[in-house]
Amino acid sequence: MASTVPAEHDLRRVIGDGDTIPDGEVEGVGEQELLELYRSMVLLRTYDERSVVYHSQGRIGTYAIFWGHEAIQAGAFHALDDEDWIFPSYRESAIGLLRGMPAATILSWWRGHPAGWWNPADYNLGSICVPIATQVPHAAGLAWGKRLRGEKACALTFFGDGATSEGAFHEGANFAAVMRAPLVLLCNNNQWAISTPLSAQTKAEALVDKAAGYGIPGVRVDGGDVLAVHEATREAVARGRAGEGPTFIEAVTYRAAPHATADDPKAYIDLERVEEERANECLGRFEGYLRRQGVLHDDLEQAIEAEAVAAMRTGIAAAEAEPPADIGLLFEHAFADPPASFEHDLAELRRILGD
Amino acid sequence: MTDLYLVEAVNDALHVEMDRDANVMVMGEDVGRAGGVFRATAGLRDRFGADRCVDTPLAEAGILGSAVGLCMAGFRPVCEMQYDAFAYPCLDQLITHVGRYRWRTGGKMTFPITIRMPYGGGVRAPELHDDSPETYYVHTPGIKVAIPSTPADAKGLLAAAIRDPDPVVILEPKLVYRTERGEVPDGEHVVPLGKARLAREGFDLTLVAYGAMVRVCEKAADELDASVEVLDLRSLKPLDEEALLASAAKTGRVVLVQEAPRTCGYAAELAAILAEKALLDLQAPVLRVTGYDVPYPYWQLEDAYMPSVARVVDAARKLLDF
Repeated sequence: MASTVPAEHDLRRVIGDGDTIPDGEVEGVGEQELLELYRSMVLLRTYDERSVVYHSQGRIGTYAIFWGHEAIQAGAFHALDDEDWIFPSYRESAIGLLRGMPAATILSWWRGHPAGWWNPADYNLGSICVPIATQVPHAAGLAWGKRLRGEKACALTFFGDGATSEGAFHEGANFAAVMRAPLVLLCNNNQWAISTPLSAQTKAEALVDKAAGYGIPGVRVDGGDVLAVHEATREAVARGRAGEGPTFIEAVTYRAAPHATADDPKAYIDLERVEEERANECLGRFEGYLRRQGVLHDDLEQAIEAEAVAAMRTGIAAAEAEPPADIGLLFEHAFADPPASFEHDLAELRRILGD
Repeated sequence: MTDLYLVEAVNDALHVEMDRDANVMVMGEDVGRAGGVFRATAGLRDRFGADRCVDTPLAEAGILGSAVGLCMAGFRPVCEMQYDAFAYPCLDQLITHVGRYRWRTGGKMTFPITIRMPYGGGVRAPELHDDSPETYYVHTPGIKVAIPSTPADAKGLLAAAIRDPDPVVILEPKLVYRTERGEVPDGEHVVPLGKARLAREGFDLTLVAYGAMVRVCEKAADELDASVEVLDLRSLKPLDEEALLASAAKTGRVVLVQEAPRTCGYAAELAAILAEKALLDLQAPVLRVTGYDVPYPYWQLEDAYMPSVARVVDAARKLLDF
């Protein structure tokens, strides 16, 4: 049944502050699951920080930074099963790492090399969506299709606060609701769309209120709290699998890093606020939680970090070892059955290039 | 063989292809309960169920965008856009994803989407029910485009589109939905994309057209005191360049006819191909008879806008007298 209940406004949180706010826990999330979440967050953080360095070294092109959003990505990811599909925006470009995609594939994508192509069916992962919100209808269609086939799989799509202003978000969310598609609409509300603040994006009191317009439940979580994101996503997935349709999750956080390597936020952002947010970032908060729970200690932390750093070293080395792409790839995959003109164009190009 | 109107042949193709392949599904606005505003999808919901002939929300980008996801789940969606000029919201998905996704996967995943819509003017309809938008689709990489002019081709080209591994747009000439009538093969009937049809053979001059303009060209040919060839392209992308060049080589005089506005229209592409590859075969300049570079007019003016028999005859005479 569709819900017309007003969306929840209170931010759900699980992780305390080690002081006055007590730590909670999530049912069914034991030591092993906690460490899996942690491992994923460290891998994503390492990927992101290394990528900024690789960019400054000229080893990858313009890169969209997701520093501080690892809790949203890892928390949501671990609520999914392998058969579930993920439709990322560019802000979640490295989410495939968590499904076993080599770092080299994603780094190749940011290097503008066709080795960054992947088959979505290999990872149940849509390609990195560059235009805003246009992946939302894809996720709705996939989820709807899975329901039509009687399969249990659901879909999750990530998008930002700015995306909620797009028609594609609206059409996708509405489609999913009408088709009772098992879809999790996960909004990373980091308050900024490049330089445009949320207040210039919407007059809604909270983005989660949009859920009511689609007749679907909406929940609001602390996007810096990996356990809160995880729990809310798990509930949304369960609803989807039970045939109850989509759920909108607003994960509230703050973009304490530039939009991308080409962006200088000093022109528009409150730097004091950024410092505050960076001091309270999601990975540090989760580390504190794990230590208070006695799950994490120095040796383990170092081992997990070393593993992530090694994955990146291997990844960038493999990406850089890719031979230059053959110009035949300009033409090869545009059609299953290419027109005769392609062969002619390629032959002429090879002749001119002396290839 | 059965004698059918063009729109009935579309309906027949959908029945045959949905029967043949359980992954084929039809989706769009009013396609189910109503059977489509032109009745192109009549009977499909009763025959195949509401999950295979789906009344969607009124959202063209949502229709095409969700079709991308349906492909990933193994379906072959046939999306109806209710009218030419109502389909523009779907161009976002078409350009940013539908035409690119296969390439983006290194050819590992195919997107066998068919988009079909009625197009073109002359039907005395309110504003924005009359556009000829083929250029937008043809210009989009990764997309194929076909336009039938006869009932048999309406069935065969649609079947080819549905079976094609790549996204195909089929523009159906609504002006002749219920005036073009002809023999249509029963059961499975496929007309391969990329093969033109010689609607009429001649030796003095070639009229090149597609869709509703084919009939206009045939009428013009009747009025001319010359041996006039009429080439029905059927498929705009891929184009049967061989057929175009062969006809130009034979007659040496070519008039290109399209309803769409002139500038950068499909006829411009054809003219460029003739300039590149047929210059020495031509006895006269290539002429275009097209819509004008203005918004499609309110219908009391539409007869003046549309390429007419008189305008085609006039252009042909200029070439014959050149």
